[in-house]
Amino acid sequence: MSLIWDILISASFWAAAIRIASPLIFATIGELICERAGVLNLGIEGIMVIGAFAGWFAVYLGLPLWLGVGVAFISGMAFGLLHSLLTVPFGLSQHVVGLGITMLATATAAFTYRLALPEVTSPPRIEPFQPWNLPGLSDIPFLGEALFRQTSLTYAAFVVAALVALVLYRTPLGLALRSVGENPAAAAAQGLSVTGLRMGAVIVGSGLMAVGGAFLTLSAFSSFFFDMVNGRGWICIALVVFGAWQPGKAVLGALLFAAFDALQVRLQQTPMGAVLPYQLFLAMPYLLSILALVVMSRRAEVPQALMVPYNKGER
Amino acid sequence: MTPRNEVLRLDRITKRFGALTANDAISLSLGEGEVVALLGENGAGKTTLMNILFGEYVAEEGTITAFGHPLPPGNPRAALGAGVGMVHQHFTLADHLSVMENILLGTRPLWSLTLGMAAARARIGDLVRDFGLAVDPDQRVGQLSVGERQRVEILKALYRDARILILDEPTAVLTPQEAEALFATLRKMVARGLSVIFISHKLHEVMAIAGRCVVLRHGKVVGEVETSATTPGALAAMMVGGAVTGPTIAPGIAGKALFRLNRVSTKGGEGAPGLKLADLTLSAGQITGIAGVSGNGQAALSDLISGLALPLEGSVEIDGEAAPPRWTPVEALSRGIGRIPEDRHKVGTIADFTLTENAVLETHGAAPVSRKGWMDWREAEARTRAIIAKYDVRCPGPEARIRLLSGGNMQKLILGRVLEAAPRVLLANQPVRGLDIGAVTYVHGQILAARDRGAAVLLISEDLDEVMQLSDVIHVMSHGRLSPPIPRGTATVAELGLWMAGEGFTRAA
Repeated sequence: MSLIWDILISASFWAAAIRIASPLIFATIGELICERAGVLNLGIEGIMVIGAFAGWFAVYLGLPLWLGVGVAFISGMAFGLLHSLLTVPFGLSQHVVGLGITMLATATAAFTYRLALPEVTSPPRIEPFQPWNLPGLSDIPFLGEALFRQTSLTYAAFVVAALVALVLYRTPLGLALRSVGENPAAAAAQGLSVTGLRMGAVIVGSGLMAVGGAFLTLSAFSSFFFDMVNGRGWICIALVVFGAWQPGKAVLGALLFAAFDALQVRLQQTPMGAVLPYQLFLAMPYLLSILALVVMSRRAEVPQALMVPYNKGER
Repeated sequence: MTPRNEVLRLDRITKRFGALTANDAISLSLGEGEVVALLGENGAGKTTLMNILFGEYVAEEGTITAFGHPLPPGNPRAALGAGVGMVHQHFTLADHLSVMENILLGTRPLWSLTLGMAAARARIGDLVRDFGLAVDPDQRVGQLSVGERQRVEILKALYRDARILILDEPTAVLTPQEAEALFATLRKMVARGLSVIFISHKLHEVMAIAGRCVVLRHGKVVGEVETSATTPGALAAMMVGGAVTGPTIAPGIAGKALFRLNRVSTKGGEGAPGLKLADLTLSAGQITGIAGVSGNGQAALSDLISGLALPLEGSVEIDGEAAPPRWTPVEALSRGIGRIPEDRHKVGTIADFTLTENAVLETHGAAPVSRKGWMDWREAEARTRAIIAKYDVRCPGPEARIRLLSGGNMQKLILGRVLEAAPRVLLANQPVRGLDIGAVTYVHGQILAARDRGAAVLLISEDLDEVMQLSDVIHVMSHGRLSPPIPRGTATVAELGLWMAGEGFTRAA
């Protein structure tokens, strides 16, 4: 047990946890926006891939890093537009459309990559975001190293989460968005456009998912690999449930999962790692997350109209 | 009739759903400070008309004018902007949001940076005081009673400066006291010059609150009268198209006992008690009525008989034989128990299934509807057509999804499904709740006919009049206990009331 304790009191462990959590936060908040408006977006996994690729490719072609993030956002919005067109006005199955989008987006990324770079054997690298030591704050003992020596994209993840929470709970737009996820008929009866609000939520949410993907290529690593998203999108779907559809709790959930992930990497390098098969360590964050999900989501309030298409004029 | 100071005018509105003409050239006008009742049976087209007025449906023909300006079709926002507010029969509230949030929804431009809670709170406080609409703005709607939810709906409309309020069957879900409070609110509104359209099929309410009354039947206006110049009887006649006569009920002739409970107890659930040592005998050719306030074990009794619950103790006998230990709905059906469930939307039908699919829900497992594991849809549809014709189910056709039907027509289909199987025991749980006079008379007639064919009928109802009118024997239910049988004609309201309050049991003990 002292092994684990040693890890938990090191600042670098927490810094890693926050770094690992950042893409999850972007994507989870994106998914949360969609689901709060009543649309389950299973395109998340593929949209993260396309975001990772588009952001990286834009920078590879010479754009500045922040424009790369913008390109990723736009690529996500494009797939979000497709998803929302099919699920909202056409009312198609959100499961089928979502999985289709995941396949399409993943394949589009792979196809474009091969088309643009047919000859490369080892993935080309870009110069990624560098840590930005926040003046003053980063010098605080322990906390400074754990929290304030991250890349600006990590800081942005937390700012975005806070902004989304503000909009959701403190503005008419947020109220309208939540209401179309709870009872679209009520929103329509007040003259709000259910279609417009839901499509908007899916488009913006998908954009954020793509930025989550781009974090991987532009901040965490410096290259694009086909399998780099590696199920993170599905984890984010679970994190939304874990967070009971609330941004604050969802961020906590992402941090928790990331902490488990950082922990397992470090445990592998301890004497324990020599004894136990490494697959067990890899599985740990998922197992613990499932456990946490079971405990936490018991009393969660699911948006009542989640996955229920709304057709005007239908009884 | 054109009232003084006309605020709203519907002109020759026509709306079709497939082959069904829900509204056929309906015209209606509303004056300032006036309550107009829109009266008609279920399926007469009242709700459709109001949904058109409010912009939720688009009419094929006709125009709407509010305060002298034409209202664009299919645009709830325009209707709201013109001062038309609607309280739907099924509330359009979001349960997880607070009262405030529900009221504020859609009132401010989407892109404003704040919700303006403080000002809104003051304004809502004023409305609550002025119109007697007591409700806590910070509570979540999911925690409110039905009456409170309705007040939130009215507040929503008033908060948007509605000058015309449409109430769709507002009292269907209210207790008598809540209905009185609602009427008081409506009178305050009218006194301030607001206008109200009050949709109902309850005659005494219409007489009490409305100044004028427009009667719809089969999508057409069949009459328009001042309430002061008419009687409930005349209105009812207009609604159903003939003088209404309650069925003259001859007592049933008791045959042998077909279903019996001996000292049966069951588990309760969801806040309602289970049965407690209940004794009950259902005899062929008799209607046994269960009176009592709902939530006193009626659900447990109904579940037990329909095979959804098992007895914890005591014995159940069907036709003199003990019920099998694995007592299931399939078993109940095969023993000739027919069931008219309490909630026709949730339990009785599957909303997105067609009429045909719903009609064979109970019989699809065996010939003639299926053979060797294959459905014979032609046969199923033929049977459904027969039910539609015989039981007068008004619908676009057997291929229509059942959610398109009004409550009365849905109930007729269920009735047909049950009675065509010629049940020996018929369980009718609240069979006429929410139905209009015409449908009530019809359903009662069919239940009596089943009795006269020799079925043992169990009628569970909260409506004491209904139980007393139809039953040959009455039991009262209270806290899961059943009173001893009280034969027809000997039961007085006062005596039944004592049992309902649970006092009969203590005296008998």
